[in-house]
Amino acid sequence: MDQSETLPEIAHTHVSFQDGFALDCGVVLKRMDVAYRTYGTLNADRSNAVLVCHALTGDQYVAERQPVTGKEGWWEQVVGPGRPVDTNRFFVICANVLGGCMGSTGPRSPKDGEPGVPWGTDFPPVTIRDMVRAQQRLVAHLGITRLFAAIGGSMGGMQVLEWVATFPEQVFAAVPIATAAYHSAQNIAFNEVGRQAIFADPAWDGGRYWQSGQVPSRGLAVARMAAHITYMSEQALSRKFGRKLRSVTATGDVTLFGDMFEVESYLRYQGSNFVRRFDANSYLTITRAMDYFDLAAERDGDLAASFRAARTRFCIVSFSSDWLFPTAESRAVARALIGAGANVSFVEIASDKGHDAFLLDEPDFHRTLSGFLEGCAEHAGLAR
Amino acid sequence: MNSIAKPAETRFVGKNMRLDLRLISEMIDPGARVLDIGSGDGSLIEYLFRTKGCDARGIEIDMAEVTRSVALGLPVMQGDADSDLMHYPDGAFDYVVLSRTLQAVERPREVLRQMLRIGTRAVVSFPNFGHWMVRWQLLRSGRMPNTATWNRQWYETPNIHPCTIQDFFDLCAADGYVVERWLAVDDAGSRSPWRRFPRLANLFGEQGLFLLRRA
Repeated sequence: MDQSETLPEIAHTHVSFQDGFALDCGVVLKRMDVAYRTYGTLNADRSNAVLVCHALTGDQYVAERQPVTGKEGWWEQVVGPGRPVDTNRFFVICANVLGGCMGSTGPRSPKDGEPGVPWGTDFPPVTIRDMVRAQQRLVAHLGITRLFAAIGGSMGGMQVLEWVATFPEQVFAAVPIATAAYHSAQNIAFNEVGRQAIFADPAWDGGRYWQSGQVPSRGLAVARMAAHITYMSEQALSRKFGRKLRSVTATGDVTLFGDMFEVESYLRYQGSNFVRRFDANSYLTITRAMDYFDLAAERDGDLAASFRAARTRFCIVSFSSDWLFPTAESRAVARALIGAGANVSFVEIASDKGHDAFLLDEPDFHRTLSGFLEGCAEHAGLAR
Repeated sequence: MNSIAKPAETRFVGKNMRLDLRLISEMIDPGARVLDIGSGDGSLIEYLFRTKGCDARGIEIDMAEVTRSVALGLPVMQGDADSDLMHYPDGAFDYVVLSRTLQAVERPREVLRQMLRIGTRAVVSFPNFGHWMVRWQLLRSGRMPNTATWNRQWYETPNIHPCTIQDFFDLCAADGYVVERWLAVDDAGSRSPWRRFPRLANLFGEQGLFLLRRA
């Protein structure tokens, strides 16, 4: 793996806030950039805005070519003209999260007061709420006082829940998908494996890897490989790869690793692709934000209290084979919302594709999302 | 792309709705907050929203029905009467509806108690096990009745708590619920003419339909 291949510098559409942004940890960012993309047209009364919140390794390029990888957007099946989140009807916004590496302020950004020096591991710890408050600054900057909907899966779903808890008047409809109100011990454990892999890469160099011109791509790739296992179900792995072997030695000599299982090859491919588009320190920062997420803890352990002020209509979606954010977690959120008197739809989509199902072709999920938004648009008095 | 039926032009519009659901909707005031337990394909909550402007929500155990309902824009959550009612706050609804499901829940008495905790009023319908045909079959054959309504073998029926109209009156009295309205309906859901005579209703009514409130 090429350790010298750093992330390309790309100009991302962004807005800079220079008035000081106070983080939950107490640090004030003097300058905060929020990189974002929009799709569709904002209507005259600014009532058709849909915020899409991306997951851990996602970005703002929801429905267009990703400029680093050149691949199509990560949610083109869901967002676009005639899609469940129909850009002929809605004005879709997606921002790169605070702490990310696609143009929003994060560990790769120049440190406040030290131009030319990246934050690196000096970048302050951010929370899911910090990410949401940064998005809210963007939304306000775009002249929008209330989102028609906030939608997101996985860590994006955490942001959706946090949006409603923090800005209850500003979200008409919320769709948290394959997510939970807190990161479980198991989830934290997997994140920690990934972080340790990064720390163990000599090129990581205490987080100051820009000094050597090397990047800790081996560690980051291992982190991605471990995480990727958690995104898939056992059935999906068996179906795709089973125990199939491929030979890697040309000589035919029998060696311990002379053959490679298909699943190994797949994970290596996933790992090496990932490091070309992601920054290791960003990965550390964002996984930590997920680990700290616990919506109820912020309100004395009472999850329902987080939503008491909300008049938001919710659609909670889980997937039957998702063991990273299992249905039980979604059900707990649904029950807390019900306790708060909220209007809740809750659906578990039957799928064997694991956590990743929310990114894949799942017709029942797409029908659910589309119908829910349609019903909400009617209640919101949104013209077709 | 998936063809999504728009809520404005969906299937029901009253006439296709089960007749007993229409009788239930007659008991519900316009604009009320309603929870339909066992909302099925969502036709009652859709009808209540469209024709009466109700804030109508559903709980349904069958995930396929839930998915279908939500895809039609209806607020339905997957859950069941036995384990999900406890999560709702007191007095959250004006009406809580349980249609033809009471006999299939694990703890009917507790479900009723929860319904009247979270709702001011409860609308309950159930198939009447006291119907003459049921009595006659049991008497004649000595085996569990097999009728149009009670049509599953005893070892596989989901209807684990059958009761009669008289039984239900007794439970309401024992637990202090006021029966504001009641009627017996035939299998097609039309009213039967025995509203004043519970004993006759218990013999000839296929279903009991009750509007209850806390004393």
